[in-house]
Amino acid sequence: MMHHDTPLLRSLQIQMRVVGALLMREILTRYGRHNVGFLWIFFEPMMFTLGVLALWTATKATHGSSLPITSFAVTGYSSVLLWRNCANRCALAIEPNQALLFHRNVRVIDLFLARMLLEIAGATMSFIFLTVLFVTLGLMQPPQNITLVMGGWAHLTAFGCALGFIIGALSERSETADRIWHTIAYLLFPMSGAVFMVDWLPEKFQRIVLILPMVHGTEMLRGGYFGSMVKAHYDIGYMMTCDLLLMLIGLYLVREAGMRVEPQ
Amino acid sequence: MIELEGICKDYHTRQGHRRVLNGINLRVQRGEKIGVLGRNGAGKSTLIRMISGAELPTAGKILRDMSVSWPLAFGGAFQGSLTGMDNLRFICRVYGADAKAAEPFVQDFSELGYYLREPVKSYSAGMRARLAFAISMAIEFDCFLIDEIVAVGDSRFHAKCHHELFERRRDRSLIIVSHDPGYIREHCDHAAVLSQGNLHTFDHIDEAYAFYQESVS
Repeated sequence: MMHHDTPLLRSLQIQMRVVGALLMREILTRYGRHNVGFLWIFFEPMMFTLGVLALWTATKATHGSSLPITSFAVTGYSSVLLWRNCANRCALAIEPNQALLFHRNVRVIDLFLARMLLEIAGATMSFIFLTVLFVTLGLMQPPQNITLVMGGWAHLTAFGCALGFIIGALSERSETADRIWHTIAYLLFPMSGAVFMVDWLPEKFQRIVLILPMVHGTEMLRGGYFGSMVKAHYDIGYMMTCDLLLMLIGLYLVREAGMRVEPQ
Repeated sequence: MIELEGICKDYHTRQGHRRVLNGINLRVQRGEKIGVLGRNGAGKSTLIRMISGAELPTAGKILRDMSVSWPLAFGGAFQGSLTGMDNLRFICRVYGADAKAAEPFVQDFSELGYYLREPVKSYSAGMRARLAFAISMAIEFDCFLIDEIVAVGDSRFHAKCHHELFERRRDRSLIIVSHDPGYIREHCDHAAVLSQGNLHTFDHIDEAYAFYQESVS
């Protein structure tokens, strides 16, 4: 058991400093300082979303419903990017940064936090930018209920962070965890609620698919965008329970990884 | 003061648990200079990592009420694609120091000149060593941990390191781990010997030296 005498506020201050330093380092190593540099943080997710939007528009992916395809694609794919990138960037994130652990105040959790903050910032900026752009161009209606949009996004962020902690810590334990995660992530994409509305499914499947926490987030987000045009299926109690439970598991695993990892 | 109380460290190895440190007690006062002698593989680097806080002990307690450096022999974890200056900024951010204020010293000490703003991957081993040492001197600590100063660079660089660490900072505490009794004798007030997971402390360096010679032969 570790005992710390440092007051919480002081610890928080140090942690913010460290995460800030790691964040700047991450931006420079990932995107460099040439050309548009750090703008790639949100260009990258934006390019993905635009690509998917083009593909879905061409294939009429709303399955004959009357929903506008632009809003459908932007809300759907942005949600996937948010939670999936958090987990992807945390997988095997310790090893390349292991030498930094020689500095006492750099802890394993900080490596994850810095990477996830960058992903969350990128996905959020891309989401907002695309919404504003398409609304201005008249390709999209502005969201009808901003509170629901923010609620759904907050849930997806919390879920992404918890998932990132879990995947990051497990992948440190065994690389198999990373490989399995990639398969799971691939399979989860079509089930995550990005490509359908829960209401379109038969009732039997609705119950199954609503076990997945991210489906609730995407539904809530779309409920906020489309308002009365859709019947969104989500359960706030279930969302919060899932987020808290997964976060607890994630933090436990990260703590355990932090005690085991040696600087190299 | 730094105080280690009953520090144990186990490592998971392929063949099960292995105890590297077995109940280490050590007290270092402000300004005190302690050398730890040990053969290769005695657990010297593990001990220094415990003291620095980079690694956590399996059991025991470490009390630090002065600021402690990272283990100095360590190359600095430079990201090759970042410039020397970026790496300096990173370290300064982590320790809450001012990189702008530290830049002239680092520039002067490392003698990197133009290269300080070039990616570290273009540096020679000597240039990296100069940058690493300059950056570790740019942050002020009450206690410096030294893990066998590596013999890189020319004699002029060695003299400069010596001046910065042992002369300009002679009021600070030092903990040096080494397998070289001569090096410890030159820089420390007290010495201890690490052998088979136990730390034997001695009041006089000569006693430690005799004990070490006996354990080596």
